[in-house]
Amino acid sequence: MPGDETDWRPGDCWLAGGTVLFSRPQQGVRRLRDLTVLGWPSLAAADDEGRPGLDIAATCTVATLARYRPPARWPDLAEAIRRCCDAFLSSWKIWNVATVGGNLCAALPAGPMISLAAAFDARCDVRRLSGERRLVPVDAFVVEPGVAALQPGEYLRAIHLPERELTGRIAVRRASLHPLGRSAAFVTGHLDVESGRLRLTVTAATPRPVTVSVPAPTAAASLVDMVDAQVSAEGWHDDVHGLPAWRRHMTLRLVEQVRADLLGAAR
Amino acid sequence: MTPTVNGRPGAHLPAPGQCLRTYLRDNGWFGVKKGCDAGDCGACTVHVDGVPVHSCVFPAVRASGRAVTTIEGLARGNDLHPAQERFLAAQGFQCGYCTAGFVMTAAALDHAEGLADDRPHAFKGNLCRCTGYRSIEDALAGNSHVEHPATGNAVGSNVGAPAGRDVVTGAARFTFDVDLPDVTHLKVVRSPLPHARITRIDVTQALAVPGVLAVLTHRDAPDRRFSTALHEHFDDDPADTCVLDDVVRFVGQRVAVVVAETEAAAEEGVRRVRVTYEPLPAVTDVRAATASGAPLLHDDRPDNVAGELGGEVGDVVRGLAEADFVYEETYQTQRVQHMALETHGALGWIAPDGRVTIRASTQTPFLTRRRLAHVFDIPPERLRVVAGRVGGGFGGKQEMLVEDIVLLAVLATGRPARWELTREEQFVATTTRHPFTVRVRLGAKRDGTLTAMCLNVVADTGAYGNHGPAVLAHGCAESMAIYRCANKRVAGRTVYTNTMPAGAFRGYGLGQVMFAVESAIDEIAHGLGLDPVTVRRRNVVGPEDPLVTPIGHAEDLSIRSYGLDQCLDLVHGAVDGDTTGSDLPSGWRLGEGLAIGMIATGPPGGHHGRAAIRLTTNGRFQLDTGIAEFGNGSTTVHRQIAADVLATELDLIGIRQSDTDLVEHDTGAFASTGTVVGGLAVFRAATRLRQRLLTLAATCLDVGPDECELVLGAVRAGDREISLRALQEAADRVGDGVEASGHADGAERSVAFNVQWFRVAVDVVTGEIRILRSVHAADAGTVLNPVQCRGQVEGGVAQAVGTTLTENLLIDGNGRVTTSVVRDYRIPTFADAPRTEVLFADTADPLGPHAAKSMSESPFNPVAAALGNAVRDATGVRLTALPLTRDRVWARIRHVGSTTDGSDRA
Repeated sequence: MPGDETDWRPGDCWLAGGTVLFSRPQQGVRRLRDLTVLGWPSLAAADDEGRPGLDIAATCTVATLARYRPPARWPDLAEAIRRCCDAFLSSWKIWNVATVGGNLCAALPAGPMISLAAAFDARCDVRRLSGERRLVPVDAFVVEPGVAALQPGEYLRAIHLPERELTGRIAVRRASLHPLGRSAAFVTGHLDVESGRLRLTVTAATPRPVTVSVPAPTAAASLVDMVDAQVSAEGWHDDVHGLPAWRRHMTLRLVEQVRADLLGAAR
Repeated sequence: MTPTVNGRPGAHLPAPGQCLRTYLRDNGWFGVKKGCDAGDCGACTVHVDGVPVHSCVFPAVRASGRAVTTIEGLARGNDLHPAQERFLAAQGFQCGYCTAGFVMTAAALDHAEGLADDRPHAFKGNLCRCTGYRSIEDALAGNSHVEHPATGNAVGSNVGAPAGRDVVTGAARFTFDVDLPDVTHLKVVRSPLPHARITRIDVTQALAVPGVLAVLTHRDAPDRRFSTALHEHFDDDPADTCVLDDVVRFVGQRVAVVVAETEAAAEEGVRRVRVTYEPLPAVTDVRAATASGAPLLHDDRPDNVAGELGGEVGDVVRGLAEADFVYEETYQTQRVQHMALETHGALGWIAPDGRVTIRASTQTPFLTRRRLAHVFDIPPERLRVVAGRVGGGFGGKQEMLVEDIVLLAVLATGRPARWELTREEQFVATTTRHPFTVRVRLGAKRDGTLTAMCLNVVADTGAYGNHGPAVLAHGCAESMAIYRCANKRVAGRTVYTNTMPAGAFRGYGLGQVMFAVESAIDEIAHGLGLDPVTVRRRNVVGPEDPLVTPIGHAEDLSIRSYGLDQCLDLVHGAVDGDTTGSDLPSGWRLGEGLAIGMIATGPPGGHHGRAAIRLTTNGRFQLDTGIAEFGNGSTTVHRQIAADVLATELDLIGIRQSDTDLVEHDTGAFASTGTVVGGLAVFRAATRLRQRLLTLAATCLDVGPDECELVLGAVRAGDREISLRALQEAADRVGDGVEASGHADGAERSVAFNVQWFRVAVDVVTGEIRILRSVHAADAGTVLNPVQCRGQVEGGVAQAVGTTLTENLLIDGNGRVTTSVVRDYRIPTFADAPRTEVLFADTADPLGPHAAKSMSESPFNPVAAALGNAVRDATGVRLTALPLTRDRVWARIRHVGSTTDGSDRA
């Protein structure tokens, strides 16, 4: 049974869509415990214990998310979802199987669902077998490339996008080495229309999400400097999908563009 | 509950952890292909309850109780699905290994919102390595190319591939698409170290794994050294490799083989083999390998040199002194991999007659048999080597990388054995193109006349020699011979390093050297303020010129037909005044570039093609050839040639091929010989059979053979005729088969030419290069099947665009390949590959059948330089190292500084 709390053994492994798990040999895995049979509702736009917003089940497939039509009070969610889904290197056929939670748990720098969650300052709803719950900010959920903040037996139940965040304006820009390629730099911006607070999140160019938040729209140059300082402190990601110097160069350009997009949208 | 597959219940329950792909193949649905095993390539696409998924990453257990449709279940009886019809009509395939995935994806698009109109998105999860996607795009658009010519007019028309229907229905049988009862599975232990001596191998724990039958090490293998490279001349390549060695020279080298009842048991066995290594100092790049005092990879190869060449004609020092302008630069090419969609692999078994049969993914069944016989000291007639349809080759399968291990296992256990490489093994332990460093020096007079050509070439062959020396020699030959220049010099070395070996790959060294030479010619033009095409026209060989290289002249090679002038004219006519891209936003810089290439129409020293053809029942014919089909299209052309000679219809000719039992020794399908050598053998066989039929008919009709004419299904003499069936019966009565064979020896060679032109836009701020237009002119002699030949050109250009812009197999300082999955190794996708306009010169070559020339490797060769020249034109920056990915282009442009003579938009 997937949820049998008394029976977590060494070699057990949670299974969601399976597209990551089945894409490489899994040494040491003895038993797969299928979360998809638990029948969690994929998308729930409702109050959840006083936390209004959108809950996306970890087992929600990317295809289901991509088809979601959000209510009008969340002006930019549909476009953000579309842009993030398009950022997948993988095919729409994979989306039929791959899950939102699986992408977060894979914890790769270029995980588009990580970018999406970070854009809305989402909270990861992490459960223990006992049912105990903890909420983890998405930038803390991704520890380093390939490592998520899950203890043995813990699983991701859902990600929660808060109502206040969903009502904000969103801008998304990304860079890749190739047309429709894997993201090398991904910048999302969020503007809280009421307060004027601006939050930028960098993924793909960084080992894990890096967020810069300012209380009010700030000059492009200083925003760029803040992002540069913040990411440079943690280091620019280096792998075959882009040289670090180019990722930095592209990220900072994208920051300027995202800022301009947001201020344009707010007018 | 089992899945229902194509309306039938599965034979058994899925195993825990099994993916749907292996479940389906276990159930005999061989149309479902393994390409990448990681969800990236789409060759395994099936529908589950009508929803398309990649079955390699779909948990099989989840298909339980659901309806799975594979390519085999798409047609309704004999009525093909429209997607299948369209791929057949457009011939939207070459090797056909990816086709099922494309068809299944196309068939699902009707239900995918918005995707049908957005093909780059819809097909980003489907990779094709052969076509360059134009023919696939035509299939999706419903464009038809297949012609049905009248009897006797097959040659020169766009007839479809004989296997077309099998390809689009999933019935084509590739290497592993056969049931082999009682088969054992092989997995190998691979070296984790770049250089080490094996001091001990403890197999006890591995043998204790239930299902493990044997663990084979160097102590169980023949100790004869050989080359994995295969050529007609047995000793062309360095004999430095063992089946299993007690020294490992690269990370990934095979150390021991586990034979087991199941793949899982074999994998567990591999994990339990304990190998003790004594590490040896390693050199993982050419610089380290050639430093003084560098550790040697092979004791008998001083200075780590696998092969060396050098020579001079004229006096290069004088030539440089006479020059008004001298250009000198070093060019660097990277490791790239064939990435054929079907990995290397082989099956082996002992046939009832006691012979061992090896069924392999190979371009060279006969050479493989000969090599196996030599290594294992077995008479060749005790071995049979066959190839099914091969899922892509590109030169990578002109090499024996797995067959020896399979034979070793069969001989050890007496049981059938199978070894199919994983995609990761393909990346880390097969071969790549040789990385080349080319120092080029050219001198020219003010009018552009070359006064000196000087090359210093170093190729990295990796841990073993393989094709190394031959690739170096070929790379330096036609690339220098194409220019008339009184003073030429070359010095080249192929160097061993502790890395995965390099091997044969489309173009065989020419692409690497031409990148340097054709870039340098461009720089000569820039330096002298001349038009690059003018400089080329001034210096290229003419139809009467000898082919001169500094390393001697091949007696068997000359210009027997000449189309370079036409190719240059064709391209000029097509692109003159092109303004593509002038509407791009500011910041994009526009440029155009061109490069040329020449290639011999076959390998030096002969190449044997064999064919046999006979009359069978009901006026049908059976054509047997030695040549494998892996998307080369040779089989299509062979049938066209035979049909016309025998005045029959294509469908009346059955074909068997790539089997050492069928015909006498055939060198195989490489060096672009499928048409010019293989086709000639078919032509000769068919012509002999025709003569035999006429003679036989003359006797039966009691007329002279000259009065007889072969027509469809009969021989006619005046108003009398005798059917082929009656002729067959007449021959049977005298106990004489109606058959003939043909042989071509490739003893003489001509040359073919290619010209590639690109128009590009470069965003200097991001480093992005956009190909706005790609035009290619090819001198292929008489084109026997235009749409197919066009496909070879398009595929070659696309593959070269991948090499130039994106592909990069990386090896770290410890000799470990770091790009071991498809998603980390970017081959062109539907969105990346430019659609190339293909123009054919009108030439006729005296050597090939119907005056045809070869045209499959050579389109690759000028592409990198043409693109580099276009970028140079656009930005003023010369890019000297491949690949030209955005990050590297940006870094280089930034390094060089602001551009100088680039022309900004409009």
